[in-house]
Amino acid sequence: MTPTRKKRLAVIGLMVLGVSTATAIALVALNDNIRFSIGPSEIVAGDFPEGRQLRLGGLVAAGSVSRDPTSLLVTFDVTDCIHDITVNFNGILPDLFREGQGVIAHGTLDANGMFQAHEVLARHDETYMPPEVARAMALAGGNEVCGEPIEDHIASVEAGY
Amino acid sequence: MIRMLIPLLVFVGLIGLLLISLPTAEQRRQVASPLIGREVPNFTLPSLHEPEVSYSTADLRGQPFILNVWGSWCFSCRVEHPYITRLGEEAGIPLVGFNWRDERDDALTWLSRFGDAWTFHMVDEEGRAAIDLGVYGAPETFLIDHRGVIRHKHIGPVDETSFADLMRRIEEMRQEAGA
Amino acid sequence: MIAEFGQISLILALVLAILLGTLPLWGAYRQNDALMNLAPSLVAGHFVFTLAAFLSLATLFLRHDFTVINVATNSNLLLPWYYRISATWGSHEGSLLLWILMLAGWMLAVAVMSRKVLPKVFLTRVLSVMGLISIGFLLFTLLTSNPFDRILPGPIDGQDLNPLLQDPGMIFHPPLLYMGYVGFAVAFGFAIAGLLGGRIERDWVRWSRPWTLMAWAFLTGGITLGSWWAYYELGWGGWWFWDPVENASFIPWLLGTALIHSQAVTEKRGAFPAWTVLLAIAAFSTSLLGTFLVRSGVLTSVHAFATDPERGVFILAFMAVVTGAALLLYALRAPRIMTGKGFDFVSRESALLLNNVFFAVSAGMVLLGTLYPLIIDFMGWGQISVGPPYFSAMFILLMTPIVMLMPLGPFSRWGQDNLKRVMAPLLISLVVAIVAGLAIAALLGAFNLRAITGWIGGIWLIMGSLSYFWRQKSQSRFKLPRGQLGMVMAHAGVGVFIIGVGMVESMTYERDVRFGAGDTLEVAGYRFHLHEVASVKGPNWIADEGRFTVYRGDREIARMQPQKRLYHRGQQVMTQVALRPGVFHDLYIAMGEPLEDGTGDWSIRVHIKPFVRWIWGGAFLLGIGGLVAASDRRYWRQQRAEAEREARAEDQGAQPA
Repeated sequence: MTPTRKKRLAVIGLMVLGVSTATAIALVALNDNIRFSIGPSEIVAGDFPEGRQLRLGGLVAAGSVSRDPTSLLVTFDVTDCIHDITVNFNGILPDLFREGQGVIAHGTLDANGMFQAHEVLARHDETYMPPEVARAMALAGGNEVCGEPIEDHIASVEAGY
Repeated sequence: MIRMLIPLLVFVGLIGLLLISLPTAEQRRQVASPLIGREVPNFTLPSLHEPEVSYSTADLRGQPFILNVWGSWCFSCRVEHPYITRLGEEAGIPLVGFNWRDERDDALTWLSRFGDAWTFHMVDEEGRAAIDLGVYGAPETFLIDHRGVIRHKHIGPVDETSFADLMRRIEEMRQEAGA
Repeated sequence: MIAEFGQISLILALVLAILLGTLPLWGAYRQNDALMNLAPSLVAGHFVFTLAAFLSLATLFLRHDFTVINVATNSNLLLPWYYRISATWGSHEGSLLLWILMLAGWMLAVAVMSRKVLPKVFLTRVLSVMGLISIGFLLFTLLTSNPFDRILPGPIDGQDLNPLLQDPGMIFHPPLLYMGYVGFAVAFGFAIAGLLGGRIERDWVRWSRPWTLMAWAFLTGGITLGSWWAYYELGWGGWWFWDPVENASFIPWLLGTALIHSQAVTEKRGAFPAWTVLLAIAAFSTSLLGTFLVRSGVLTSVHAFATDPERGVFILAFMAVVTGAALLLYALRAPRIMTGKGFDFVSRESALLLNNVFFAVSAGMVLLGTLYPLIIDFMGWGQISVGPPYFSAMFILLMTPIVMLMPLGPFSRWGQDNLKRVMAPLLISLVVAIVAGLAIAALLGAFNLRAITGWIGGIWLIMGSLSYFWRQKSQSRFKLPRGQLGMVMAHAGVGVFIIGVGMVESMTYERDVRFGAGDTLEVAGYRFHLHEVASVKGPNWIADEGRFTVYRGDREIARMQPQKRLYHRGQQVMTQVALRPGVFHDLYIAMGEPLEDGTGDWSIRVHIKPFVRWIWGGAFLLGIGGLVAASDRRYWRQQRAEAEREARAEDQGAQPA
């Protein structure tokens, strides 16, 4: 082997080593940073990886939004029409956040079964639905009519007026 | 030579992955409603043409009908309008308009301009009944059979293909109702 | 009538593209001069008809022709004229038309500018290959996304252009971005033309360099503008979100960066020609991939176009044909293309090779993160999304070595060198960077890892680039060539950018607070006072406007009026941020939402962003550097011998014996 060849081989060896290290690190980093898309029913069923970042999709249950009068703390229920999960969020809700609309919350589930969100996203317009919301609704489809819990909410809202 | 084929093989893998992912994208768009196979929620709403009259979904029990969610603000509703008109003329069952989050005047102008083939219109100004109905956006078209069960939901504007599909399903429902 | 005129123009453009993609290519193969001579006129005709189609659509928008679906869905009577023009490319269909127009423009530019420097056979092949690409896009437009489709009778008034797009930044962002994307088609055309000929000549690589540099510079500008737009328009105060759509534009940029560096090696030393060709194919293919990801609905994104899987199938098929054919050609022909001189461990080739490895791996990492949800879904492991920390972590990891080594590259010699000699002129820069970096960070009270790294890295790059500039200036008898000047600017630009990133990512004050009229908030020495929330009216919107006065100590320094706008049509809500830009920090206020508990209070987002302008300033310098380098006379010289001589003189300038 000539010295040039040796050197070239060493360069190639180093590159291969570098690329494989980078790939290994990337995969580890990826697994630490993925959020699982999940719906309320899956949370209730305990069907989700623990201690993970979650991406909760569903509809904002009508009449469930309540604000803390002195801060930006807000709680609302995300529903797939079967189960509701209460979401706590401290911050500014997106422009199109409305009751009965699709919403996505990023965060984790605490020990009390409350969802602690650090980011809330809403859909952009009337003709678009985030796939996570659609999925959560579809998954919940097997059980019961959507009307039930939401009708209760509406009744309670109307009673308040 | 073999070494030079690596980029091509990687690329073929990538195309394969994307090809597999495409149908999922389609599914996400046309998601099945949890309401299909369930009874249509009962709600009573005012009529568009005569605000003092109200209609209820319960009134329609005993015959199949079409429920079409629309709004004058919704452009896709304008696109599907010719097919909805055909539904009104050819389906042979009531075509109920569900006027969603609209202004009454705008809706009436829209109808007088483009034509009104609906049997009647219900007005859901606040969008409360739409939540019960699981409306995600306009337009949407529901098929409800004579027992009041939601049989089918079409999301997005009706076109030539979906019109044919709707007509086939309507025919099915009519036969069931007749039997 | 105008819509039909546009439609016919588009069809004629398709016919010309088909002729261009076949006849001259056949002529080049058979050495038939008559057929080859057709290419320039076909290119010109193709451009004229594409322009006609584009102008037709713009006219339809200006004239409020709502019988055209595209106009009716993206414009309305209240929309001001300048947004009606930008609405031309605001929709999926219109942006495709812009894509095609840009492609036609690049083709025309190549035909005109490279006419005298390129051998006729080669130029013909380049133009024909680009013609083939145009066929695909014209077919795509005509078959799945025709912007001239009509609806009769038309509505009285249209829907609105998405309010997010009603913004000056959005007028220029897409054209710049597409200029970049499509510009890589030129590099692609050169690479394929080279493969078709079976040889890569150093000359041809030289003639393709300015085109690649220009495309890259435009892409840099487009991405920068997009980042700036997202910063003030989305109301979140971030400058980069690692959103799939952003990644789609970033992957070609990373590969393009690798490409402009590897082209330098191939041109000067004949080294790794196959790799250069592969990068050119990859840069353009990832541009296509980006188009696919954004428009097919495969990935969900905050600002994707209305998606349509049918269109997805078309682009995917198109991409499979274009890239598949290119890579097959590569596999067949690349083993035969030239190999250059050998080089040593410490040499400029090695430095540029490292640059290429890191940039290509970065592109791979971004691609992996972007497509990972699809892979997981395919494996049946559930639905996931990849969080921004993955991208940031990988990026810092991969970019740190690049920043450390970047100033060394220009100082190193081709072929063989030793580290001591390379480092000698840079020692001062290194010491200054470390001392000044630490001192500035301490002085600004930003004594944390990110800010310190940002300052040291940034100063190291700026000093390193400048010391190269001064050495070249003092040692060279010639005027410093534009190519080198551009490089110095671009590298210094990266330094400015890094300082900005380090500061923004570590020293941003961000408060989401509850504000009532008369409330005051103190952040980092600033006092924000809200007088009132008033109602205001614009041409096609109404808004709640917060009236803020900002004090520093007792001195009033700014009045800021953020708005929450409601656009009449489609009832869309939009956050209009109030900004007080500054060289050293931005004050940023965004209206959140009215708190519906009867108090009339609002949630308000207040940010103080230090050095955020440096991010875009640095990126802008980077792009300008690219344009300056592209204007180097060496690339545009007509007599080859003269260019050769100058190239040699420059090599000597870079390595004084």
